[in-house]
Amino acid sequence: MTSDVLFRVEHATRRFLLPRTRLFGPRRILTAVDDISFDLHREETLGVVGESGSGKTTLMKLLLGLERPDQGSVTYLGDSLRRDVQVVFQDPASALDPRMRVDQIIMEPLHVLRIQEDHRTRLAELMHAVGLPLAYARRFPHEFSGGQRQRIAIARALAPRPRVLIGDEPVSALDVSVRAQILNLLEDLRVGFQLTLVLVSHDLSVVRHMTDRVLVMQQGRVVEEGVTRDVFRAPQHPYTRLLLESIPRLRRQASRR
Amino acid sequence: MTQPVLDVQDLTVRVGSIEVVHQVNFALEAGQRTGLIGESGSGKTLTALAIMGLLPDGLSASGRVLHRGRDVLAMSERELCAVRGDQMAMIFQEPMTALNPVMKIGQQVAEPLRLHRRMGGRQAHAAAVRALERVRLPDAAEKMHAYPHQLSGGQRQRAMIAMATACSPDLLIADEPTTALDVTVQAQILDLLVGLVEEGGSSLLLITHDLPVVANVCQRVLVLYGGRIVEEGSVQDVFGDPRHPYTRALLDAIPPLDEDLPDRKLKAVAGSVPGLGEFPPGCPFRNRCPRADGACVVMPELDGTDHRAACWHPLT
Repeated sequence: MTSDVLFRVEHATRRFLLPRTRLFGPRRILTAVDDISFDLHREETLGVVGESGSGKTTLMKLLLGLERPDQGSVTYLGDSLRRDVQVVFQDPASALDPRMRVDQIIMEPLHVLRIQEDHRTRLAELMHAVGLPLAYARRFPHEFSGGQRQRIAIARALAPRPRVLIGDEPVSALDVSVRAQILNLLEDLRVGFQLTLVLVSHDLSVVRHMTDRVLVMQQGRVVEEGVTRDVFRAPQHPYTRLLLESIPRLRRQASRR
Repeated sequence: MTQPVLDVQDLTVRVGSIEVVHQVNFALEAGQRTGLIGESGSGKTLTALAIMGLLPDGLSASGRVLHRGRDVLAMSERELCAVRGDQMAMIFQEPMTALNPVMKIGQQVAEPLRLHRRMGGRQAHAAAVRALERVRLPDAAEKMHAYPHQLSGGQRQRAMIAMATACSPDLLIADEPTTALDVTVQAQILDLLVGLVEEGGSSLLLITHDLPVVANVCQRVLVLYGGRIVEEGSVQDVFGDPRHPYTRALLDAIPPLDEDLPDRKLKAVAGSVPGLGEFPPGCPFRNRCPRADGACVVMPELDGTDHRAACWHPLT
């Protein structure tokens, strides 16, 4: 029963001390993640939506082990968190070292994690998987378009054969006509490599499209959780309703003037 | 037939010898809200800057940009200064960089009123408070004394809109005004913009890459790719029944909110937006277009009457 749970988050809380606003003023406390509990199951797709300041980035860092909870716990139930959980960030331009070649970038996790494997074969596999010609392996990031850079970042994330892929706004910085390619690629890879996908995004249409289950966050708390389709069709919490009503829709022009 | 508020004729913008906006033609009628859609490198921001006479050094514009019949491109800097902020105004994407960080909000909103309406200090102050109240900035009188960094992103954008609309311009250009904002704030700001331009009878040119935003705000839409208008028409026609394959591709890239797609797959167009000066000659979309053939080496004219597309093989 519990064997298919990869992450168990129990009453996790993470607070930050803010700088003083006045010289002798008190330091305020920001509760970025406030008493959150959920399980992440193997091969599920989980969306995390919320606006800026909702705590979705801190939650992602808790999953990655980059932050530790002040209270409660975030437990990874697999073998190796560092190896099994990888992330793709929003802006591939700043997520790739401009002085490294593509092959060095993609293979770096294998070096860092000391994974014994034929690197040349693995590089060819990964570049093929993300749709980049092997001939690009010796180029530098600036020689690529935004979509291609995101493919490089995805290949790097996949290098250590992760079980969980976390996408932090993975298509928000891309041109509209390129987003569909990258979303389709993520879906192919998820199915092909049996990945568990956590998609953190403020873009509700992307989350609706990519995920089975969704957490709606507001001010550090999960205010609604459920099957994505149901939450979008019949939101229960007023904040979720507000979010959904706020999305500009292509086919709503008739109702407004 | 009344004179349009803005009549852009054969507008071409060059960076050195590279043409980045090619012979763009469009007109904005009084009170009309028009969306200018484009991705990075489409030339949408340069088009706006050319209209405002704000092109940076090194870029040159040719053609005519008639605002109330007067050619903006032929105006001297002094004439431009008299028009900008008064009869035409612009709202930028990131209010933090567009507002002066060391000047109080109140002074910045009052500035166009003092400059163009020759108001004195006290009068301009009162008018600026009214302008901030009109954009529903909470505690407007108090916020007059705040610096930009003391406001939230949404509040800053309200302040910038107050500044831009203080003199009731008949042309308002908004360049990605809500891209940096959260979705709930975006909805409020868009409502506010629509309300203000309706109330003041201004024409709005809304520049964005976000098609649903245009669908909610605008009546007409221009689709720009590679510095050329490839499709134009009413929002209903262009989004409901697109004729250019590029417009179709943009629409297909937006996941639907109310249905599951088979295998979770979007229809994706291949390739990426080429860099500056790297678009193919002829139709700029032909190296990515599923319908392209030999005919597309020649750039087609915009064809049609009200709903027009520049394509040899349109979808309808």
